[in-house]
Amino acid sequence: MGQHVLLIEDEPNIIEAIRFFLSRDGWKVSCHSDGASAVAEVARVSPDVVVLDVMLPNRSGFDILKDLRADPATQATPVLMLTAKGQTKDRERAAHLGTSAFMTKPFSNADLREMLRSLIQA
Amino acid sequence: MLPYNILVEVCVIYAALLFGVAFLAERRAKRGKLSWLRSPLVYTLSLSIYCTAWTFYGAVGYAARSGLEFLTIYLGPTLVMVGWWWVLRKLVRIGRRQRITSVADLISSRYGKSAVLGGVVTCLMVVATTPYIALQLQSVTLSFGVFARPAPEGLAMPTQSVTTIWVAIGLTVFTVLFGTRNLDANERHHGVVTAIAVEALVKLAALLAVGAFVVWGIASGPSEIMARINASPIAKVPADGSRWFALIFLSGAAFLCLPRMFQVLVVENEDERHLATASWAFPLYMALMSLFVLPIAVMGLAVLPAGSNPDLFVLTLPLSMDRNALAMLAFLGGFSSATSMVVVASIALSTMVSNHLVMPLWLGFRRGGASMSGDVRQLVLMSRRLSIAGVLALGYTYYRISGGGEALAAIGLISFVGVVQVLPAMIGGIFWRGATRIGAAAGILSGFAIWLYTLFLPSFGPDVLLSAALLDHGPGGFGWLTPQALFGLGNLDPVVHAVMWSLVMNTTAFLVGSLASFPRPLERLQGAQIVNVFDYSTGRHGWARSFVEAEDLLVMSQRIFGPREAQALFLTEALAQGKDGYLPDPTPEFIDRLERELAGSVGAATAHAMIGQIVTGASVSVQDLMAVADETAQIMEYSSQLETKSQELARTARQLRDANQKLTALSVQKDAFLSQISHELRTPMTSIRAFSEILMSEADLTDADKDRYSRIIHDEALRLTRLLDALLDLNVLEHGQATFRPETVVLRDMIDRAILSTSGVRSAQPITIVRNDASEAVILHTDVDRLSQVFINLIANARKYCVAPQARLTIRVVRVDGQTAIDFIDNGAGIPIVSQGLIFEKFSRLSDQSAAGGAGLGLAICREIMVRLGGSVSYLPGQGGAAFRVLLPQTAIIRAA
Repeated sequence: MGQHVLLIEDEPNIIEAIRFFLSRDGWKVSCHSDGASAVAEVARVSPDVVVLDVMLPNRSGFDILKDLRADPATQATPVLMLTAKGQTKDRERAAHLGTSAFMTKPFSNADLREMLRSLIQA
Repeated sequence: MLPYNILVEVCVIYAALLFGVAFLAERRAKRGKLSWLRSPLVYTLSLSIYCTAWTFYGAVGYAARSGLEFLTIYLGPTLVMVGWWWVLRKLVRIGRRQRITSVADLISSRYGKSAVLGGVVTCLMVVATTPYIALQLQSVTLSFGVFARPAPEGLAMPTQSVTTIWVAIGLTVFTVLFGTRNLDANERHHGVVTAIAVEALVKLAALLAVGAFVVWGIASGPSEIMARINASPIAKVPADGSRWFALIFLSGAAFLCLPRMFQVLVVENEDERHLATASWAFPLYMALMSLFVLPIAVMGLAVLPAGSNPDLFVLTLPLSMDRNALAMLAFLGGFSSATSMVVVASIALSTMVSNHLVMPLWLGFRRGGASMSGDVRQLVLMSRRLSIAGVLALGYTYYRISGGGEALAAIGLISFVGVVQVLPAMIGGIFWRGATRIGAAAGILSGFAIWLYTLFLPSFGPDVLLSAALLDHGPGGFGWLTPQALFGLGNLDPVVHAVMWSLVMNTTAFLVGSLASFPRPLERLQGAQIVNVFDYSTGRHGWARSFVEAEDLLVMSQRIFGPREAQALFLTEALAQGKDGYLPDPTPEFIDRLERELAGSVGAATAHAMIGQIVTGASVSVQDLMAVADETAQIMEYSSQLETKSQELARTARQLRDANQKLTALSVQKDAFLSQISHELRTPMTSIRAFSEILMSEADLTDADKDRYSRIIHDEALRLTRLLDALLDLNVLEHGQATFRPETVVLRDMIDRAILSTSGVRSAQPITIVRNDASEAVILHTDVDRLSQVFINLIANARKYCVAPQARLTIRVVRVDGQTAIDFIDNGAGIPIVSQGLIFEKFSRLSDQSAAGGAGLGLAICREIMVRLGGSVSYLPGQGGAAFRVLLPQTAIIRAA
């Protein structure tokens, strides 16, 4: 398939797990751990889909999403938000900011895989 | 007999002289030089307007007709003057306090500033005074007629009625010039009063001169006069007891109620103390005035031809003896009597008419129209002038209608009876707080009506205003309504009859009306102020020592201040006075001070009234006063309770607000905490789930992968456990459920063990720990496990986070303000200033370095532990790297290094 996913996440174990099983499915997986430079990274690698954590060093995932949606180059890029907080409030906020999908940690690998696939096909 | 034109000239010159006196006095007053103008003598002489032409000429006629009865006219006022302490003093005080300008003003003010009542009294006074004015016109006209003979050349002798018109016009001009020269706020007329005083001297001198002439000039001396009196018919006139009583009462009452008397007695009064002088001087003046009345009457009857008018004996006796100069003096005396009365009466009436009829009507018309402008003054003056002219015109009209036929004295009595109809309302008003507007109006109107019906209207004679049939048989044949024999009391003297019925009805209506009606608030207020005028007007300073007891003052003060404060106040004063006991002497200074203190609590007026009551021992009993004081104290108590309550409420509201804020803050904290916990728990769980799913579902994993992923799952499970342990630990510490087991230990050993137990911590690089063994020789008695937990945490943090080429942690024991502290200082990057305040909060890990395995609760736990142990842990800024100071609990130190 050769689809390109950019994983913006700071927890090394989670990065490793996602990278492992997506790579096996044939995804090209890029990773980025810093919040402050995340928007620039999305613009640089222009992935097919972005997996975005909320709690990141230096900048929150919500702010990053906002910028992505404001930039014409990235506003069409599907974004899947991952959060470990999982409160309704966060879900609503993400929807409001224009996220394509939302998942709460911990997630099932199969669900994530399925979600990313549907985002790309949409 | 004198030529008519000379007589006119003399009158004009005399009037000009009086005007000059008035003018000078006015000017002195304006310059503030009141010295002799304010003498009690001038005041006393001004009262002489009571003695009008009626008295001057008429007393002799009265004596000739009715014997000694003329004395009643002097006896009434004498009684009032002698008893001045009772009524007059109060009237004068009220007049000055309330700036009363007339009888109508007094009645109106007392009954709640009632405009209607003022108007009614004014009308009554105008109607009742009219015969009196007519009387003066008549006497002057008569004296002219007696005195003047047609001038040989020029000026023809006018007829009597024309003379009267000229007299009326002359008096009008005279009064307008005198009385309305300016408007004084207090309605005082220094000029007029001085001129009247001069006239008083002229009439007294004239009467005494004529008397002396009669006694020593015509008769041979007092003995002959006495003999003639005893022989004359005058001595044989029987004294009518009821008439005497009625007339004494009537003249005394009229003395108080007559508008002109009120004007000089009350309005023109400069100083209350003048009353004391007048109380003996004025009766003396009247005695002198009456001294020669009987001799003149007796000699007149004896010497003059039968049928001569005895009312003119004073004038005709000297004339018959060709004593023209003496006759001229007598004429001027009569002229003075008439003019002074007319001037003052018209001034008084014009004030009333202008203030109580014209101005209210004018203001009523002007309402909604143009605003009050500066020319109101001119308007008032004009209305005064017109009123004066109107009053004299009325007098002239009465004179013409009544035909001038009545004896002078009879006309005077008619006036008196009319005027005294205000007596019940006036006396009741100044002594009885229960008197009301309704009562006053009912009394005055009923008395007025009865006076009109029984005395005034019949005085014109049959078939003038009332038909002869009505006068004889009553209206419509109802005999009991016959004007001069009401209810069949036909055998009474008409004056006594009128006095009795009018005042009985008047007083009854006044009492019934007052008792049956309720006063309006303003009436209550004015009633209180007027009835209690002495309480309200006692001088601010100058409480006399009098008979006040310090104990009474103390009892009252205690009710206002409370016992402790009052006693303290009195004790202080007693000490200051050098007295042994707790009661000071009630010196005026102390009473003043006490009044000031009381005023602070109950207000100045009440304080003054209270002190006044006790000090002067006035009408209200001490018991009543105490009741008032109790009431006031209760009110104050109640209001202070209210104040306390409202303060409590405010405090409670504040507490509620604070609590609510705290709860809101706690709720926000709790949300943030839960959110944090969620994150901290879910993150390792995410790794665990992700890798376990990989292990379960992914085929052909290498052993190395399997091994690695299992280890990650294992480590993350441990991380979760640590987190849960830390959370539980913190919860126990925060809720004070942790139990501490103190042991005795050497600090050095604890640090050794802490370093040892952190040696397994994953760190990027080894760290060198610098210590000073000697300084660590501190023996402690504390919970070793808990304190170690703090040390371990701090050392582990240094191991985890200190990133430096040659990482180094310095542990040193220091003395801070006599306390033992242990510093942990590394040479890493340290903690940014902005974060230094946050690091002891839960989950305040600076960055996600979960690799280090921390849950972000370590420092929060350290802080809790140190607080529980009685010490503290804090960040130590400015040490180059991260630096923490643990202050050991003082009580834990058994031996310092």
